[in-house]
Amino acid sequence: MAGTTTLTFAERRQKWDVKLSPFGFISPYFLIFGVFGLFPLLYTAFVSLQKRNLIDADGAQFIGFGNYEQLLFHDPYFWNAMGNTVSLWLLTTIPQILFALGIAHLLNRRLRGRMLFRMGMILPNITSVAAVTIIFAQLFGRDFGLINWVLSWFGGGHVDWQAGTASSHTAIASMVVWRWTGYHALIFLASMQAIPSSMYEAATLDGAKGWQQFWRITVPLLRPQIIFSTVIATTGNMRLLAEPLLFNPGTAAATGGSDRQFQTAALYLYEQGFTKYDFGYSSAIALILAVATMLVAGLSYLVTRRIQTD
Amino acid sequence: MTTVLTPAAPAPPGSRPPGRARRLARRVTSPWTYAALIAILAGSAFPVYWSFVVSSQTTEAVGSVPPVLVPGGHLFENIARVFEQTDFALALGNSLIVAGTITVSVVLFSTLAGFAFAKMRFRGRTALLLVVVATQAIPTELGVVPLYMMMADFGWAGQLQAVIVPGLVTAFGVFFMRQYFERALPLELLEAGRMDGCGSLRLFWHVALPAARPAAAVLGLFTFMQAWNDFFWPLVVLVPENPTVQTALSTLASGYTTDYTLVLTAATIGTVPVLVVFLLFGRQIVGGIMQGALKG
Repeated sequence: MAGTTTLTFAERRQKWDVKLSPFGFISPYFLIFGVFGLFPLLYTAFVSLQKRNLIDADGAQFIGFGNYEQLLFHDPYFWNAMGNTVSLWLLTTIPQILFALGIAHLLNRRLRGRMLFRMGMILPNITSVAAVTIIFAQLFGRDFGLINWVLSWFGGGHVDWQAGTASSHTAIASMVVWRWTGYHALIFLASMQAIPSSMYEAATLDGAKGWQQFWRITVPLLRPQIIFSTVIATTGNMRLLAEPLLFNPGTAAATGGSDRQFQTAALYLYEQGFTKYDFGYSSAIALILAVATMLVAGLSYLVTRRIQTD
Repeated sequence: MTTVLTPAAPAPPGSRPPGRARRLARRVTSPWTYAALIAILAGSAFPVYWSFVVSSQTTEAVGSVPPVLVPGGHLFENIARVFEQTDFALALGNSLIVAGTITVSVVLFSTLAGFAFAKMRFRGRTALLLVVVATQAIPTELGVVPLYMMMADFGWAGQLQAVIVPGLVTAFGVFFMRQYFERALPLELLEAGRMDGCGSLRLFWHVALPAARPAAAVLGLFTFMQAWNDFFWPLVVLVPENPTVQTALSTLASGYTTDYTLVLTAATIGTVPVLVVFLLFGRQIVGGIMQGALKG
């Protein structure tokens, strides 16, 4: 009897089943992602070389690097937005990581009600960015805001948080830091709990105090998590859009304040693309922002990698 | 918001698993630690509490100095006003449809693909998995203009399917379920099923899917919260007449005069569904983050 010809119908069916089903199982993901994820991403590069308006789709013209030239050399609003983006990146990322380390350090002790504290830390992260920003915009109000009221106890107050560059950046950064610090703290806490207590005991015998132990043992051992959190926070904070958009109540404009004092690059992308319908220009901003984000993320990787490991 | 994968926490050499003995070895926690943690907890919860306070006050009380800090008795009045003056009921229904559909779909397709990647042999498996992992890092905002053009071409702009369809799968979900199957589903069980003449689909349905339940629940939880809270893409592709909760909030907040009582009451209502999910499953959510596996 020849081997293959003796397969019954059922056996043959099973053979094909084993061979083809895996592709069937993964195809929904690859199909949907390919069409609605990957294709738009690649097509952005093409659109960015066009002069293209939503209203006049047939009038799209290929203009080469014209959008990029305009952006990089003749558009002060773009550079203003990039400056704000970098400023907000610094004001959000660094406090986020430092506060998260401190909070994780506090949580990494023998605690009653541990679960309550952990859940409390992550509560800001589950709330929606739209709701949070609207709530903060109200807290940071000029005349009736709670924050100005508290400041008035110390002889301050009546800060017009939206009006200035420094004040508006502080307010927006505080929303982001409030929302994400607890998340990073829990990531750090998980790694801290894996550090053997014998290392701290040895350090205590050597006479190292609490802070020294924290900087010399905890932080260096957390290096991989710190690098990761910094890079993730960077990629998130370089494309802030909802916060500056909704911090501007009273107008529907996407300018990020009366004088564009808190318009980020992502918000400028939105303004150009979806209030002025200049799709080519908006796509060019998207690509430059992506490149800038990669550069800044690479930079923060290099900086955090330098955390010393004795 | 993007979903990103965090590498699991590395165990330094010679580490012991966290446990009772290790915790006892540490000295007694000082009251200052509790004081600091309670202060941080208060800071975490305050904006959410404040939103609730404002939604239970009259508009006049909110504009007073010093501000009121305790809830008043006008909550139901304000809720009624939100539903009378705006189309918030439609927004809530839309968000429920969008987040519900996306959750079911992400869980189903992620489980399918994750199962194939973990437990089946096929050509190009490693390379394709690498593609999945790599695509997690890509920010979706980048492709937002072409995606909008596609939706306009399909005639979907302003329609819910424009929000739903691109969200039907996530790279994170596939990778998350794959990691789970890798650990949690013994190969022998599958081989036994094959011996009994089970086809792949039956094997998936009767063996893999039941085994995946705990991980699928966590993935579902996170997917729901993320889809419910999503802001940027719905803002771009939907119209104010057919909003989700988040885009309705942005419309409410961007009027020329902002009625803060109204807006914050809407914000409070819009936060309730995730808050309920959080109160029921907070432990699992914290666990997921602590495992370093999830980013909400």
